[in-house]
Amino acid sequence: MSARDRGIVVEGLVRQFKDVLAVDGIDLTIEPGQIYGFLGPNGAGKSTTVHLLTTLLPPTAGRATVAGFDVVADGPSVRANIGAALQETALDPFLSAREHLRLQASLHGIRGERRLRLQDELLQRVGLTQAADRKVRTYSGGMKRRLDLALALIHGPSTLFLDEPTTGLDPQSRAALWEEVGRLAREEGVTVFLTTQYLEEADVLADRVGIIDHGRIVAEGTPASLKAEIGRSTVEIVPESSSELHRLGDILTRFGTETAARPGAAAVRLDGKGGLADVVRALDQEDVRAAAINLHSPSLDDVFLAKTGRKLEGAAEDDA
Amino acid sequence: MSVALPELTWTAGRPVIEIANHIALIARRSLVRTARQPGTWIPPLTFPLILMAVNSNGLRAATHLPGFPTRSFLAFFMPFAFMQGALFASGIAGTDLARDIDTGFLNRLALTPVRGGSLLVGQIGGAVGLGAVQAVLYLGAALAAGVHIDAGPAGAALILVFAIGTAAGFGSLGLWLALRTGSGEGVQSMFPLLFFLLLISSMNLPRNLIEVTWFRDLATINPVSYLIEALRSLVIQGWNAEALLLGFGCMLALMAVSMVLAARQLRLRMTRT
Repeated sequence: MSARDRGIVVEGLVRQFKDVLAVDGIDLTIEPGQIYGFLGPNGAGKSTTVHLLTTLLPPTAGRATVAGFDVVADGPSVRANIGAALQETALDPFLSAREHLRLQASLHGIRGERRLRLQDELLQRVGLTQAADRKVRTYSGGMKRRLDLALALIHGPSTLFLDEPTTGLDPQSRAALWEEVGRLAREEGVTVFLTTQYLEEADVLADRVGIIDHGRIVAEGTPASLKAEIGRSTVEIVPESSSELHRLGDILTRFGTETAARPGAAAVRLDGKGGLADVVRALDQEDVRAAAINLHSPSLDDVFLAKTGRKLEGAAEDDA
Repeated sequence: MSVALPELTWTAGRPVIEIANHIALIARRSLVRTARQPGTWIPPLTFPLILMAVNSNGLRAATHLPGFPTRSFLAFFMPFAFMQGALFASGIAGTDLARDIDTGFLNRLALTPVRGGSLLVGQIGGAVGLGAVQAVLYLGAALAAGVHIDAGPAGAALILVFAIGTAAGFGSLGLWLALRTGSGEGVQSMFPLLFFLLLISSMNLPRNLIEVTWFRDLATINPVSYLIEALRSLVIQGWNAEALLLGFGCMLALMAVSMVLAARQLRLRMTRT
């Protein structure tokens, strides 16, 4: 069985920094070729987990294997089989993209024609061929992130760690990076461990999601199963006439439990007695006209809220 | 749980050629980035030359003191330029490494098969390269200004070797401080201290001509005096075994101590398993 056929297994991983328990007994199993989204606010323990799994930090307790190698007992083998784009785009502003790739490839023992071919392939794949010989200090944030990804891939790793890879990127660069990460997992079977603060990113990219808060995994599963745990969608309706707000509320409560709505609207959490179509049909029958109808499906933010009692956005500030 | 620290020794079983290759790669990067930052290499190349020119004219009268070892104050004073250049080198090596720590580039390197020892030796490549260019420039300027090297061409070559070694020694000190503080500001804070050591050395007068007792005592216990005197002996005395042994001893001790300090600090900083 090759490294590419082995994913990531984590058992009771702990990392303590003096008085701070940054990672508090994490258990994970990530299948090979899977994209695992590690979601949580700033300071939740995402980056520390990445540092532990990439051998940059020794754990205080617990064990983990990456690509089949123990992160403590066999650090060099882990490093040989992983690529990592850490939170900081760790680039030298005075070197060009081509010089970065040359250095990285050569340190991994890739030389000669093979190195040149790989450099060109990767530069093309991340769209930096034209800018390959420009110094990195002239690059935009998106270009730096793409170079970071290329550097992580130069030695053909079986497992890729991406620590908040799209933070600060414009939507176009973000979409391009998502596409490349998806392709790596789909076509090349690369196992991807991706940390993010963006719900959408985890939702779009990840096969499975782990939600971390205060160093502990509070929820884990596929995005769909996690949202299904929270369950039902919410329907919010603004009546055309405010005088019908009370009657609208009465109709909606036939389909579920009344829930908070913005001023001038009524909302209900559907409980399975009917869907949106049934609600619209009932309004029509009762001759209540709607100015706006919003259907809100459960999001990973709702999952985070349900598990921690806080919204993901601003959770770090709440902790501070 | 026991944690394996990164190995910094050159153990058997690891092809020496790979280690040498890693050192060359890191050193090349260090040289390239230094060369691409004129702000870091213009002052070390010019300031010592300016000071050499100013002091050799302004303090020329010192050569009339009874017992002064030469009639040329420029010949007497030129080792100062090499020392000042070496101090600049320490700042460059340290600041560059501090920037690597700050940007996460050190983590990038830590994720490759490069060893700690190779990283440290390679990292001072820029400082050593600059030290070599400086040494050639200072020596060339001194020769052009009429300084005669009493130890001849071999002595001139030894001056270059000594200057490069001193730059490597002070450069390693810069690495240690960068690893200890993790900041460019921390590295820069060392510069005044090293400059103070230079000022309380025998750079302006031979120790036997310093009349103030406490100053002479400080200059005597200051290893920088012996670094300067070794270089000076090659210029104005020829081959003085005692001065050379003391100077090279201090230079090698500086290199060894600062490398050991840097290696120990790297173990704490780079805690990869």
